[in-house]
Amino acid sequence: MENLLMLPLVLPVLAAIVSLFAKNSLNFRKASGVFFTLAQLAVAIVILVKVYRDGILVLQVGSWPAPFGITLVADMFSAIMLFFAGLIGFTVSVYALGMMDERRLKFHFYLLFNILLLGVNGAFITGDVFNLYVWFEVMLISSFVLITLGGERKQLEGAVKYVTINMVSSMLFLAAAGLLYGKMGTLNMADLAVKLQHEPASNLVNSSAMLFFIAFGIKAAVFPFFFWLPASYHTPPVAVTALFAGLLTKVGVYAMIRFFTLFFMPLGGIWKELFLITGGLTMLIGVFTAASQYDIRRILSFHIISQIGYMIMGLGFFTPLGIAGAIYYMGHNIVAKTNTFMVGGMVSKLKGTFELKSIGGLYKSHPYLALLFVIPAFALAGVPPLSGFFGKFILVKAGFDSHHFLVTAISLFVGLITLFSMMKIWNEGFWKKQPEDAEEVIAYQEKKLGFAMIFPSVVLALFSIGMGVAVGFFFDFCMTAAHQLLDPSSYIKAVLGN
Amino acid sequence: MEIILAIVIGVLYAAGVYLLLRRSIVKLILGLIFFSHATNLLVFLAGSLSKVSPPFVQEGQKVAQASVADPLPQALVLTSLVIGFGITAFALVLIYRFYQSSGTVDFDQLKED
Repeated sequence: MENLLMLPLVLPVLAAIVSLFAKNSLNFRKASGVFFTLAQLAVAIVILVKVYRDGILVLQVGSWPAPFGITLVADMFSAIMLFFAGLIGFTVSVYALGMMDERRLKFHFYLLFNILLLGVNGAFITGDVFNLYVWFEVMLISSFVLITLGGERKQLEGAVKYVTINMVSSMLFLAAAGLLYGKMGTLNMADLAVKLQHEPASNLVNSSAMLFFIAFGIKAAVFPFFFWLPASYHTPPVAVTALFAGLLTKVGVYAMIRFFTLFFMPLGGIWKELFLITGGLTMLIGVFTAASQYDIRRILSFHIISQIGYMIMGLGFFTPLGIAGAIYYMGHNIVAKTNTFMVGGMVSKLKGTFELKSIGGLYKSHPYLALLFVIPAFALAGVPPLSGFFGKFILVKAGFDSHHFLVTAISLFVGLITLFSMMKIWNEGFWKKQPEDAEEVIAYQEKKLGFAMIFPSVVLALFSIGMGVAVGFFFDFCMTAAHQLLDPSSYIKAVLGN
Repeated sequence: MEIILAIVIGVLYAAGVYLLLRRSIVKLILGLIFFSHATNLLVFLAGSLSKVSPPFVQEGQKVAQASVADPLPQALVLTSLVIGFGITAFALVLIYRFYQSSGTVDFDQLKED
């Protein structure tokens, strides 16, 4: 059963190989793409249950003992993130059946999709700093191709910015890893954690720590490194954006939480204050810039940024409750954010545009779509009993408990403005009458919404409700993960033995 | 030797950042290439340069007797070189397609739409 940890990596590779062989049958490629993402979800659930029952799973690849070989580790945090990657992978792959055009599907959309999931899964379960860099690159290269797939002019413009900034961030990550190796002589995460605890001159690793912060900050779209995200995320087809919005920035947050709880924050220094300040500013600036937008995808893109701020703030509290809140919030946000993008895509399928000023009347013509929008939107804004309310509640409680009143107050205020933005989409898109003078909408031939589009959105909406109603059940997982993160001795023991 | 390499890395980073900040998209790609080479050299240098024997273990022994060079940074650089090569190739195609569709290589000439 040790090899179970290999499956989240093997399945996407198999999917890619199968789809390369099935050159002539598009239907077979679609079916295998969906099948393999479903298999990944199933494996992720098995891993999650197993880690919760039996403790941390470790696989020494090629039987090279740690710290010499590459180690795959799944603790609770990794297992939770694997589960959400599987869930988003499955739902978006179904959604793409209905949303993606034939031309893009023929250009091996599902192959790239599965390779992207490979990179994400790998980043979540690796226990080696350099290996994490490689998984980041796997993820980035497939995301580069996905964002340009189709080759429209707007896509290429967005892609130039996306590729440039992500390449710079990868280089900073690599430089940080190299410097850390030069100082500590190891790249295994558990081994690094042990050596850093016994290192007398540990302030010398602060240069690497800062480089890691910037590199992951760019990937997670933290203030002041987020400008690439709203410049590129609205350009590709909405199925691609939904996948990126749900998963990619969260991989950056995952790496940040993993590195700083394991290595740098136990050493002291300015990190807590840095996370609280950047978290607060990320929330505020993201939400204010969203309020001035009128394109559905742009509003949602800016909201990705403001929501990242909550997770960074939870890390900044550095208490069990704060970290657990950040993890719960990540799960909630992955589900709700992907779902809002899916509904946005369906709106554009009906009206032919994302521009809020020229659409309206959807509540009257498609009431079930209105319901599908309200659930994730209210979850994002934090209305009980949906998942966002409890995510914010946990973080706010953690903030008051650890006496960080200012940043907690900011987070409550940002929740209010988020509600305002969601109400704007609701009022403009669903409630008001269809404007008579919107020529592009009048001329557009309304397309039907298929089962493949509605089904994943319903699944995610039910999940948002479930996470809120059964909050104790989900929070139990997050709390276990937080305890493991704050007391890395079990992680170290699982990897290194003795 | 370390001093010379350190200066080279610094110059490469400076040139890379300067080129990244220019408006021309061709210079942007050149900047990225400089940036990635500077990083590769930095990782190489972080493993420390020393005049010792290559990392081979004599026949019949389990560990090297003399002090040997650290092979790991070189393996890391090799990996990142390959990745960098792939991404640079992709970026070159991307800017060519970008030039074809927009008709300009200057970011300031792009019209907002």
